[in-house]
Amino acid sequence: MADILVYALHYEGEINKNSLGAVSEGARLASELGGECHAIVVGGDDLTDELAGSVGAYGATKVYRARAPEGLAQPVVDAMAKVIADNGHGYALFGGGLLGFEVGAGLAARLGAGVAMEVTAVRAEGGKLVAERPILGDSAISEINFRSDVGIIIGRLNAFESKQSDAGAATVEDVEVELSPQAQQATMVQRGEQRGADVDIEGADVLVAGGRGLGKAEGFELVEALAKAFGGNSAVAATRAVVDAGWYPYAAQIGQTGKTVAPKLYLAAGISGAIQHKVGMQSAENIVAINKDANAPIFEFSDLGIVGDLNKIVPKLTDAIKAKKG
Amino acid sequence: MKICVLVKEVPDAAVQKRIDPSTGRMDRSGEKNLNPYDTHAIEAAMQIKEGGAVEVEEIVAVTMGPESAVRALHKAVSLGADRSVHLTDAALAGSDVAATGYALAQTLKRESPDLVLLGQQSDDGECYTIGAVVAEHLRMPSLTQVIKMDVDPEKLRCERQAEYGYDTVEITLPAVISVGDAINEPRYPSLKAIMGAKKKPLDTVAAADADIEASRVGGENSAAQWTASKAPPQKAAGTIIEDEDTNETVDKIVAWLDERKLI
Repeated sequence: MADILVYALHYEGEINKNSLGAVSEGARLASELGGECHAIVVGGDDLTDELAGSVGAYGATKVYRARAPEGLAQPVVDAMAKVIADNGHGYALFGGGLLGFEVGAGLAARLGAGVAMEVTAVRAEGGKLVAERPILGDSAISEINFRSDVGIIIGRLNAFESKQSDAGAATVEDVEVELSPQAQQATMVQRGEQRGADVDIEGADVLVAGGRGLGKAEGFELVEALAKAFGGNSAVAATRAVVDAGWYPYAAQIGQTGKTVAPKLYLAAGISGAIQHKVGMQSAENIVAINKDANAPIFEFSDLGIVGDLNKIVPKLTDAIKAKKG
Repeated sequence: MKICVLVKEVPDAAVQKRIDPSTGRMDRSGEKNLNPYDTHAIEAAMQIKEGGAVEVEEIVAVTMGPESAVRALHKAVSLGADRSVHLTDAALAGSDVAATGYALAQTLKRESPDLVLLGQQSDDGECYTIGAVVAEHLRMPSLTQVIKMDVDPEKLRCERQAEYGYDTVEITLPAVISVGDAINEPRYPSLKAIMGAKKKPLDTVAAADADIEASRVGGENSAAQWTASKAPPQKAAGTIIEDEDTNETVDKIVAWLDERKLI
């Protein structure tokens, strides 16, 4: 009951960074509960003993390995439900990300378990875990207690920090999983396709980011000109909405399914600041937002907010910065 | 093919949301509207119907909620649904996401849909999760945040953005698909459709009608207990400039950036 099972997502020979954060958090919580943290990996032949066992350095004592299709949620639900039924884990823990939400929700339904999502902190109290989740646009924090045999906790992206130690590899235990009919009804045709040009935004000191408020793909010309005016180590970033709309390359995307950045300056133009975007850029040292909607959530976490028309402001700002730099 | 679209009534985006301190639940009084993300799901259903690749007999909007949720169903019908189903029962109040998904799945079983569509998230609370819960109870495959969907009578070819780029997944029907807002641009309802919405068939269903076990739903029976909310650590409020004179605004921005040595 005191043991915690963490799903560790992997891709092309590497365990996901957010999953490793969840393993470290699971190890910390399990020790407070007097149990152990175990991980589970699901996939094909690339899951070598070495790769699976590598979660040991992040605090897992054992890792279950199931051979099943990867990149899809329901095979993982099947695998986790079996491991929990056989071993009696009290909690299932997930780092952020799309699959974590899908697997956690599916597992909750399968096990009749309570689920908390977008969790930013977890603590042990009286032998149980209590999850904290920000709600209402992060203006309040709700606490979630579980009364089911298993509690399911899905972290917000970057909520849990990975901590590597010199602990050895985790013991690898293979599990046989019979796939449910629903898991067999989905087939991955292509995974991880990159669309658009490759751009580097993670190393930039200044990021000028554009969102749907730019109005159209051509709106990025304003953003690119402003980034260029800053010169040096600056780059252009984008929100998921505009990437999905094909206005800007996927490699420039910030947020839940994109990249996480922490530049010195993050200047957001026409970005409302949904949670899914916020989790990817809130660590920026200085956040400046330009948006015509005074109620946009981004103004609640920007250091300088400008309520106005970016089409008027951005070109003049570009000129002013050029002039200032001489 | 029969398509069911799950919809939800949410507080209007312009209304300040708050937690009712006496119940610890969201205060859902005040102006309400159809969850904007759900309009993309209805539009996706309409495009399948109009696309001609498969024959769609019926599009049914389904919701769970109090009496007022009827308005969300009217909106859904005005956007193209042929009829609607309203699951409403005092026993359901305060259900968590797992209990809500179970209750919706029980209601959907009465309809035997070939495809269940929903929006990627609700404007007011849960995140991306309800579709996966519903699918598990129906034992159907599911995929969330789909931004492109090609349909033939037996299967769907779906695209979405996942952790490592774009994934393409083939799904055999029946299935539960939640769509991302990039999938389409929802149409506006015509005046005629708005006027006619109240005349379309609307089934009101109680928990017992859908064989929903009372012990598995409602706030008291939910496995995740949401307790008192507290204030988050306060971050110092940022400076806000209302742009009236743009030259002046730009001077202020440059001064602010300069002070922090960001130029």
